[in-house]
Amino acid sequence: MRHLSGTIILGIGTLLAVLGAAFAADSLFRAHALILALTLGIATIVMARLVQVNGNTEVDKSGYMDEPIRIGVILTVFWGVIGFLVGVIIATQLAWPDFNWGPYLNFGRIRPVHTSAVVFAFGGTALMTTSFYVVQRTCRARLWGGDGLAWFVFWGYQLFIVMAATGYLLGITQGREYAEPEWYVDIWLTIVWVAYLVVFLGTLVKRKEKHIYVANWFYLAFIVTIALLHVVNNLAVPVSFLGVKSYSLFAGVQDAMVQWWYGHNAVGFFLTAGFLGMMYYFLPKQAQRPVYSYRLSIIHFWSLIFLYIWAGPHHLHYTALPDWTQTLGMAFSIMLWMPSWGGMINGLMTLSGAWDKIRTDPIIRMMVMSLAFYGMSTFEGPVMAIKAVNSLSHYTDWTIGHVHSGALGWVGMITFGSLYFLAPRLWGRKQLYSLRLVNWHFWLATLGIVMYVSALWVAGITQGLMWKEYDSQGFLVYSFAESVAALHPYYIIRMVAGLLYLTGGLIMAWNIYKTIRGDVRNEKPMASPAAQPAE
Amino acid sequence: MSEDKNEIDEISGTETTGHEWDGIKELNTPLPRWWLWIFYATIVWAIGYMIAMPAWPLINGATKGVLGYSSRANLVTEVEMAKAAQSEFLNKIEASEVVDILKDEELARFARAGGDAAFKVNCSQCHGAGAQGFVGFPNLNDDEWIWGGTLDAIYTTIANGARYAADEDTRISQMPAFGADELLERDEIDAIANYVASISGTEADSALVSVGRELFVDSCAACHGDDGEGVADLGGPALNNAIWLFAGGVEAITAQINQPKHGEMPGWSDKLDDVTIKQLAIYVHSLGGGQ
Repeated sequence: MRHLSGTIILGIGTLLAVLGAAFAADSLFRAHALILALTLGIATIVMARLVQVNGNTEVDKSGYMDEPIRIGVILTVFWGVIGFLVGVIIATQLAWPDFNWGPYLNFGRIRPVHTSAVVFAFGGTALMTTSFYVVQRTCRARLWGGDGLAWFVFWGYQLFIVMAATGYLLGITQGREYAEPEWYVDIWLTIVWVAYLVVFLGTLVKRKEKHIYVANWFYLAFIVTIALLHVVNNLAVPVSFLGVKSYSLFAGVQDAMVQWWYGHNAVGFFLTAGFLGMMYYFLPKQAQRPVYSYRLSIIHFWSLIFLYIWAGPHHLHYTALPDWTQTLGMAFSIMLWMPSWGGMINGLMTLSGAWDKIRTDPIIRMMVMSLAFYGMSTFEGPVMAIKAVNSLSHYTDWTIGHVHSGALGWVGMITFGSLYFLAPRLWGRKQLYSLRLVNWHFWLATLGIVMYVSALWVAGITQGLMWKEYDSQGFLVYSFAESVAALHPYYIIRMVAGLLYLTGGLIMAWNIYKTIRGDVRNEKPMASPAAQPAE
Repeated sequence: MSEDKNEIDEISGTETTGHEWDGIKELNTPLPRWWLWIFYATIVWAIGYMIAMPAWPLINGATKGVLGYSSRANLVTEVEMAKAAQSEFLNKIEASEVVDILKDEELARFARAGGDAAFKVNCSQCHGAGAQGFVGFPNLNDDEWIWGGTLDAIYTTIANGARYAADEDTRISQMPAFGADELLERDEIDAIANYVASISGTEADSALVSVGRELFVDSCAACHGDDGEGVADLGGPALNNAIWLFAGGVEAITAQINQPKHGEMPGWSDKLDDVTIKQLAIYVHSLGGGQ
């Protein structure tokens, strides 16, 4: 009977979680184990009901396993809205510290909720969902390993997200940026991630196409490298097997270097390589044009993944890190510029012969904007890795602005475009509920990003200059508190920019909800053919 | 695979690679020249940079690079240069009494700048970035001083603090709780409060003022002066003006007489060196109210 074994496994998991709570070594572990028990308990009940209801199994006509992809689209939208919302809340807290409601909603606890919600929940679910979609279509093969393994990867990853986020709120953290979850959550993610790799590789192996499509190279590089990064950076010794605390295997500057080797390549392989995989499938599909250059895709793929992995030390310029490591980090960051831009060129030039679609197709518009921000932030990155620039930009809000031009501009926009592509196809609808709402989303998001990034450029450079300002007698001119006070207006602009971006996300949620229902909005088409100039 | 078999894309006129995945084809466009040359240029530059700077890890340390750059050595040099640039003045300040610093105009200007920088880091949290003070934390721009506004007095207050338990030379004053300890009757406190309000220029019940004045001379003048002008040596604040540490007006004055609040300031001699404390004294003295 379907779902029976799943129900039993979930039930055992619930029981183990309850036992973990009962014998916990500290109160935080008890609270976290109870949350786990509750989550698994609810899942068990849902699963048990499916056992009774589903008498006859439906046959998937496409031959592809699309059910987790459908749920993935919905969850990507959900996590996106949550991530943007928490972002707006912490932006508000930075502008007005009175909005800290301790201890659970203090900035220190919900800031990692924001970063993890956006990177791992929104971005990670988007990558998992689209990679499952893309690998099946471009290999003409159903996901390898049976439905059970794919579902395990999908829901296992969602469980990781829930455990990570609830842990942050409880105050459980390793204090490693973008790798905050403690050892037991890390072990769970490792198991899930290896299963993900197995599903993906297995599907590639049994493909019915002769060659492996470029999007899959990028997805595979993302999955393999994230596994490596995650395992090495999180090597730690737990204090107790039923307690939250662990100590890293590394110490001092080695620890810092491992952390930023991880941190930088989380950006490189999660937010760059993974989303390039997304771009390489959804952009040519949406534009209905061939990919511009096969050769460029090979060269920029290999040069990107070879060079990216060495660039991490630029996060530790002018620290205790030895000079030689800093030199290499900077040199490799500079060499990374063109390999990064290869993806932008290949994306934008794929549109040659289809540029007119920018007028009529807001999804193409989003993809183009996403590539524009990709190009801008992958140029800005090498510039900021130059030591002379870094001595001004490091520790300032410029860095925050940089990461958001990549995250909101590149990652966000390419994901939105892909979701709008997927929604009608996955639910068998002829079209989206509304293209005009996509256009609204596009403009709100674009305006939000531009406001956000430019406000934090000004804020970051202001900070950097104030910190370095000496008077003629050799004394510092500004106190740290004065530099904080100077940022207030930019922090307000940043919060408003985040609100615009969040509003766009809510419009998307509505649009996709209505599309799934099969509704079509009664609206004027985006641009009438008559309005186009003669060619 | 012979290339002429592959399909030509109509729009670009470029040959495809002959593969197709889910309807996606690829053009066989050569690498853009400008892209390739910039990529080469960054590689050449990187090799040059790695020759110039410390770059390659070897068994006993890394290559030094032809420029001999070292961030640690640079830091040491820069700190030494900064110290050397200031050493003349710092040595003079160290050797001088605080009051003598003002006699040397150039030295005084340096000390004020140094005091300004130290004030922002150590003092602005309580006294405000502009030394304007907050309720319970004195404004340092005016000429009212609880413990005296001469350079020496300011220096002593900064070095030893007020009611700071860790320093045995700290400034201590303790106003009795006249109401809570029943040293005065309720109507007596009321009268004194109205008198104090009247000399500070705020609204008061004129019927109580003369009685209040007599009681004030008996109970309060020892620390606050006969006319409420304050006694800096004892830490008794002046009451005959509109400057209040906590609040003015009959009600707040009554509360203070009944159960006084006392501020506390840490002494800085265990945290800052003497040169910095002298600079702070010069800076605070220069804010407007120095005597």
